Amino acid sequence: MNIIITIAVTALVVLYAGLFKAKKALLPITLVGLLASLAFVVTSWNTNKTYYGMMQMDNFALAFAGITIVGTIFIFLLTQNYFAENSENIAEYFTLILFALAGIEIMVSYKNMSMLFIGLEIMSVSLYILAGIRKGNFASNEASLKYFLMGAFSTGFLLFGITLIYGATGSFDLDVINQYLVGNFKTISPMFYPGVILILIGLSFKIGAAPFHFWTPDVYEGAPTLITSFMSTVVKTAGFAAFLRLFADTFAPLHDFWLPPLMVIVCLTLFIGNVTALFQKNFKRMLAYSSISHAGYLLFSLVTLSGNSANNVLVYAAAYTFASIIAFAVLILVKQKTGNDHFDSFNGLAKKNPLTTLILTVAMLSLAGIPLTAGFIGKYLMFLNVMGEYQVYLVAFAILNALVGFYYYFKVIVAMYFKEGNEIELDTPVQYKVVLVLSVIITVFLGVYPAVILNLI
Amino acid sequence: MEQLLLLLIFLPLVGALVTAFSGNAAKHVALVSSIVSLALTLALVCNFSPNASTQFVVDFPWIQELGINFHVGIDGISIITVLLTNVLIPLIILAGYQHNYKNPKGFFALILFMQSGLLLVFTALDAFLFYIGWEAALIPIYFICAIWGGKDRIKVNMKFFVYTIAGSLFMLMGIIYLYLQNPAHNFDIQAFYSLNLDSTQQCWIFWAFFIAFAIKMPIFPFHTWQPNTYTEAPAVGTMLLSGIMLKMGIYGVIRWLLPIVPSGVQDWAHLAIILSVIGILYASIIAFTQKDAKRLVAYSSIAHVGLISAGIFALNVQGMQGAMVQMLSHGINVVGLFFVLDIISNRVKTNRISELGGIAKQAPILAIVSLIIVFGTVALPGTNGFIGEFLLLMGVYQYNAWIAAFAGLTIIFGAVYMLRMYQNVMLGKTNELTIGFTDIKGSEKVVLYTICVLIIVLGVYPKPILQLSEASVQHLIEQVTQKLTSVN
Repeated sequence: MNIIITIAVTALVVLYAGLFKAKKALLPITLVGLLASLAFVVTSWNTNKTYYGMMQMDNFALAFAGITIVGTIFIFLLTQNYFAENSENIAEYFTLILFALAGIEIMVSYKNMSMLFIGLEIMSVSLYILAGIRKGNFASNEASLKYFLMGAFSTGFLLFGITLIYGATGSFDLDVINQYLVGNFKTISPMFYPGVILILIGLSFKIGAAPFHFWTPDVYEGAPTLITSFMSTVVKTAGFAAFLRLFADTFAPLHDFWLPPLMVIVCLTLFIGNVTALFQKNFKRMLAYSSISHAGYLLFSLVTLSGNSANNVLVYAAAYTFASIIAFAVLILVKQKTGNDHFDSFNGLAKKNPLTTLILTVAMLSLAGIPLTAGFIGKYLMFLNVMGEYQVYLVAFAILNALVGFYYYFKVIVAMYFKEGNEIELDTPVQYKVVLVLSVIITVFLGVYPAVILNLI
Repeated sequence: MEQLLLLLIFLPLVGALVTAFSGNAAKHVALVSSIVSLALTLALVCNFSPNASTQFVVDFPWIQELGINFHVGIDGISIITVLLTNVLIPLIILAGYQHNYKNPKGFFALILFMQSGLLLVFTALDAFLFYIGWEAALIPIYFICAIWGGKDRIKVNMKFFVYTIAGSLFMLMGIIYLYLQNPAHNFDIQAFYSLNLDSTQQCWIFWAFFIAFAIKMPIFPFHTWQPNTYTEAPAVGTMLLSGIMLKMGIYGVIRWLLPIVPSGVQDWAHLAIILSVIGILYASIIAFTQKDAKRLVAYSSIAHVGLISAGIFALNVQGMQGAMVQMLSHGINVVGLFFVLDIISNRVKTNRISELGGIAKQAPILAIVSLIIVFGTVALPGTNGFIGEFLLLMGVYQYNAWIAAFAGLTIIFGAVYMLRMYQNVMLGKTNELTIGFTDIKGSEKVVLYTICVLIIVLGVYPKPILQLSEASVQHLIEQVTQKLTSVN
């Protein structure tokens, strides 16, 4: 609870600081606030407090809160000069991201359907504005409008689903719903089933799973890159946490019912994400599509529900978050120099920037799933989980998709190392260096010694 | 003494790091590191008692939650491949001395990094560790070939990379399956050996592993990546690929495929042998028509590897022992051949057979050493190639005389196309291209002399090598046959 309060208060303080034109103070205040909330995550570990049946700060919630806060800190560290170039009102950026984060912490800890909705909306409304914050930019406006329309539409599905389930069970409380399922397994109200499906669709929209993914590439491309990185890492992780809380726990007794539609979503997500990413000429758009395919791998954890599902998602999300942050950070640096985010602008980057290219290479290897990086452990856990249920065909399908993934992730490596290009030298501010080096250390460390995170939840 | 193997595996990694930060002295640092590795290997060989046991075992938990242990050790089979790796790496590094690579730090560091991965593959007794090594060896060679290769390098290497990684991902699937079958839930090789899998399971596991290994070797029809990759790679990359890396596939078959799924092997060995023999004939015939010497050697390598794999799948001691010796010999010979071609192309900028000729007059020493290497390659009695191919053919003969007859054609074909190449390149009239050809000197001499000495010594006195592996090979064959009879 104090985590969410801290974040919300920080957001307000930042807003006031903005009012008094204290531009220099924004980042320090934000970081202090976030570090404080991170400290609360650590101190509340294993306490498992429930707040009025609305939120439960169990280790699941805390672990995901921790990773989303760390991810946000990293993204804030990348803000140096970035917002100043884009907008006059920097404080709003900070505040909106912090509000979105507050919504996210509610999403990872909800105990009640109404809290899920509230958390989701706090997050989404902030993101709608953030996506369109570059007022004069056509793509940014398009992103915002598209995101808003799609988001509102999907919220409609979600709400309708929640309503039907309320109709069937008479409660928003997750425990009550779960007990209803277990207690009346033979006589579940027919309203319940469409409710589950509608919620499945609503949440699939939010995490950008196919066939509800159409908004993602345009929004990711149109939004400012830093906001895109926030959306595709922290927001996505939160979406999965929300997904897991509902489906892996509350709806678990109905696994046989929602598994077939989920399988369709998983396969489509993997396939569409990967194959479309293959044909992108734009690095940012490739990352957007590849994030769709990663959603597919993450959904593997719901295909077979085991005690490890949540932890597997945590490992995968951590791997994906840090690798993506590296990718977006380097993209911002490259774009500052070359003015566009095509693969071609990475040509010959290795000559003048050996360290940065090495770090980006490790990130790409991690996203592709090469051993000794965190991404491999994430994929391995997902495959292991699904193989455990002998869904061999699904694993074989995923492997074919992973192969496609190698191809497009290596495109940027090929451009950096093997192609001749305009030998640019990137201006890497200190904060960027810190973020890049820390992220790559985490990526490799989790790949070599994942034991620290394996039994966290 | 116990930690010797750990040192052996991680020393190249340290060497790679030092090399990466060593500026202009990179090649010297790399050479020193590889020579220290070689010295350690020789110490290891001296302390190795030639029985069937696994020695120098290091075993400690790595990721306990997932049942992954850092479990490595050496027996008579892996010692051959470890020896091969650590003998060839210094030679290959030395062979790279004559080039002025751009960014030499990266280049030599990658070679050492790859050495670490290879050693991990050859010593791993934990399937997960084996997989890690398998991929860790692939990444550096991909970069070596794709950064320092010829003009078509990007496309060719992407094909190579996707091909091999496809194989290894299916192998990973097989490994996960075995792990799930294993009641102890770990990746221990002994636990995998003692699994009781029915014939359908064995069939699937066989294919999951076999495709990965067949792509690496390569066996027909999984070879299509190989000639282009060899041709486009820098000479050092070609040597690493052909000299050491393809042995990963052969070693994988011996260490993992045969003992884990013996009846799967029994069911499909016939097909594997026939594919190998088709590969031998097909590659030999194509080698005849090659105009580029590097491509010719690439195809000849497919033919030789085909014979090795046929010998292994024959499942008898002769074939297996032949494979052991031939792995070593083929590695040495093919590195020698590619180095000679590299020397030639370095001087006259071409490897096209028709444009060369008369080099022997200008460079008699080069002509003599390359004749010895060619003799080794075509398995002339008294050279190392002879011992290996003789044992292999004997093994295949015991399996089936007709197949042995076809497989034996490799020696005849090989002699024809190799000697014809030699004749056209070294002998004949000196033309304007080769008139200024200078003889070998310095590091070139060291490498080629060493290779020639190895070819002759191994050819005349192969007993120490045979002794090293004999007990382990016998044990392996017994283990496989025992498991087969208990099933039937």
